Amino acid sequence: MNIHEYQAKQVLKGFGAPVADGVAIFSADEAEAAAKQLPGPLWVVKTQIHAGGRGKGKFKELPADAKGGVRLAFSLDEVTAHAKEMLGNTLVTKQTGAAGKVVNRLYIEDGADIERELYLSILVDRTVGRPAFVVSTEGGMDIEAVAEETPEKIITLPIDPDTGVTEADAAKLCDALALDGTARDDGMTLFPILHKAFVEKDMSLLEVNPLIVMKDGHLRVLDAKVSFDGNALFRHPDIMELRDVTEEDAKEIEASKHDLAYVALDGDIGCMVNGAGLAMATMDIIKLYGAEPANFLDVGGGASKEKVTAAFKIITSDPNVKGILVNIFGGIMRCDVIAEGVVAAVKEVGLQVPLVVRLEGTNVELGKKIINESGLNVIAADDLDDAAQKIVKAVKGGA
Amino acid sequence: MSILVNKDTKIIVQGLTGKTGTFHTEQALEYYGTKMVAGVHPKKGGETWGSVEGAAQLPIFASVGEAKEATGADASVIYVPPAGAGAAIIEAIDAEIPFIVCITEGIPVADMVKVKARLDKSNSRLLGPNCPGILTPEECKIGIMPGSIFKKGSVGVVSRSGTLTYEAVFQTTNAGLGQTTAVGIGGDPVKGTEFIDVLEMFLADDETESIIMIGEIGGSAEEDAAQFLKDEAAKGRAKPTAGFIAGRTAPPGRTMGHAGAVISGGKGGAEDKIAAMESAGIKVSPSPAKLGETLLEVLKG
Repeated sequence: MNIHEYQAKQVLKGFGAPVADGVAIFSADEAEAAAKQLPGPLWVVKTQIHAGGRGKGKFKELPADAKGGVRLAFSLDEVTAHAKEMLGNTLVTKQTGAAGKVVNRLYIEDGADIERELYLSILVDRTVGRPAFVVSTEGGMDIEAVAEETPEKIITLPIDPDTGVTEADAAKLCDALALDGTARDDGMTLFPILHKAFVEKDMSLLEVNPLIVMKDGHLRVLDAKVSFDGNALFRHPDIMELRDVTEEDAKEIEASKHDLAYVALDGDIGCMVNGAGLAMATMDIIKLYGAEPANFLDVGGGASKEKVTAAFKIITSDPNVKGILVNIFGGIMRCDVIAEGVVAAVKEVGLQVPLVVRLEGTNVELGKKIINESGLNVIAADDLDDAAQKIVKAVKGGA
Repeated sequence: MSILVNKDTKIIVQGLTGKTGTFHTEQALEYYGTKMVAGVHPKKGGETWGSVEGAAQLPIFASVGEAKEATGADASVIYVPPAGAGAAIIEAIDAEIPFIVCITEGIPVADMVKVKARLDKSNSRLLGPNCPGILTPEECKIGIMPGSIFKKGSVGVVSRSGTLTYEAVFQTTNAGLGQTTAVGIGGDPVKGTEFIDVLEMFLADDETESIIMIGEIGGSAEEDAAQFLKDEAAKGRAKPTAGFIAGRTAPPGRTMGHAGAVISGGKGGAEDKIAAMESAGIKVSPSPAKLGETLLEVLKG
């Protein structure tokens, strides 16, 4: 689960990390009052969307030379003017895709005098199975570009879960970021704090880009991006409250209610599959035969008839879907259960597009019988290859 | 020969008394008499588990330690729900169970970080979590793989995905090759057993004549495995290998069902993995429907 920058900063502030003062607003009317709570004379007005690259982003509704999604303001009037221009409009960044994201929230923050911009993140390093710091002196820019062009400027330091961040670890990070004096003192305190926040709140990513050294020598978290481990949210009701469903795809929200793993994509063939690997592979084989998948959908191992029906409804609610491929290899999942779910769903919501069903594994004969005797217009497939060719043909042929 | 498990492997079940544990224990007992020897439940020690039809019974112990002591078990399978699964693995490690298989999906990564730290200081091997388990045809089934699609034979199967393991098994059965052992290492980012561990065992196993390796997007375990096979081949240790990578069409930044299946920071994409595997001499099938066919082509040279 992702949260907004201002929420991430609140969480980090709770652990004692240095962040600027700021106020989140939802309408331009609130802008002046919000800015007055801050000392000035410099304010930063930042769009709050769940995507990076906001500063260089462009608003769809504004002229091409209009400023991006992070703007400086030197007066209260300017704060309000920015707020009016940004709220309600659609920001397109390199992470939002061409559709962009509508800006519903702004964060107005106290400006900072920046001396240096650094990069810091914490994530779980799979190769060692431990949380690791990733730091670089090249902050404020696209870290992927830094990794590409100057990989030697990125330093990774895994942390032993039994000890946490030791003095030696913190010193290594200070050295890697070339911190001295006041900044070094701040770093020795800040790094253990960030690690503590990461572990205690079950974060999957904590990214501070940039972490800045200010002109007075102190460190400050200037931007913060935090994602949480969805599997651990059950133990963090406080974090659950930060979820912003307006940032999520409606179909994905519906899927999460039914405990279905669903990701909306841009193609026109809807897929219902059991198992994440097979679901990805099904997308791949659709592409291999010249079409594009409309979604990733894993109904999971222990799906019930109701779950299958819900999955089917989600797929058919997507107006882009011109054909549906059901691909099941029953291990735990019994083919007859899937068949019953599909039949029930089709009877309930109707079927306007071609449907190809491939069943294999546990109770496959019973499953095929249920489909055949249902009287539905279903195209049966012998194996995965056959299924993919049939659905692509049905969709392309009907276009 | 087979790897990790055979007809003599004695298995206890953590989480036996739940619906999932009961169903799969029944299935295992029916699969060539896999030696399921006991269940563990902290509050039901001393009771007896009975299969739904009532034919099979197993004693339940209050702890893994007691169960091991009483039965001489050398493996444990875990069906405990996610919130308690990390602790269940640690209990099995502390009881010095040599081989632990965790089926549970959805364990918090932080819990697995603790498990991994404990595992590194032990002699236990963990398979999973979030995996379908392991099966040696006609001998032993631990986990949730459907036994009916297997056939005793010569292919070693290792995969990050459950249902794609079944595809590989089914296709190698239909191709007449059969399997020595199929191992699902699981779809989580932090896990007990990696590709390299299993590949090493397959290379060392005389009966395993060829290998199918199925990876997916996220992380760099496939690249590491490819490098390992390359290094071993340079020492003269190589077996014909076919592969597949799921997720060529997955968009970056989105987790595709498995917690570990995500392309992040420009890393973990399918094309890099395929290139690494091919450079190690693995023939990567473009289609998940052609795993068996691809392996046959490799075997023909």
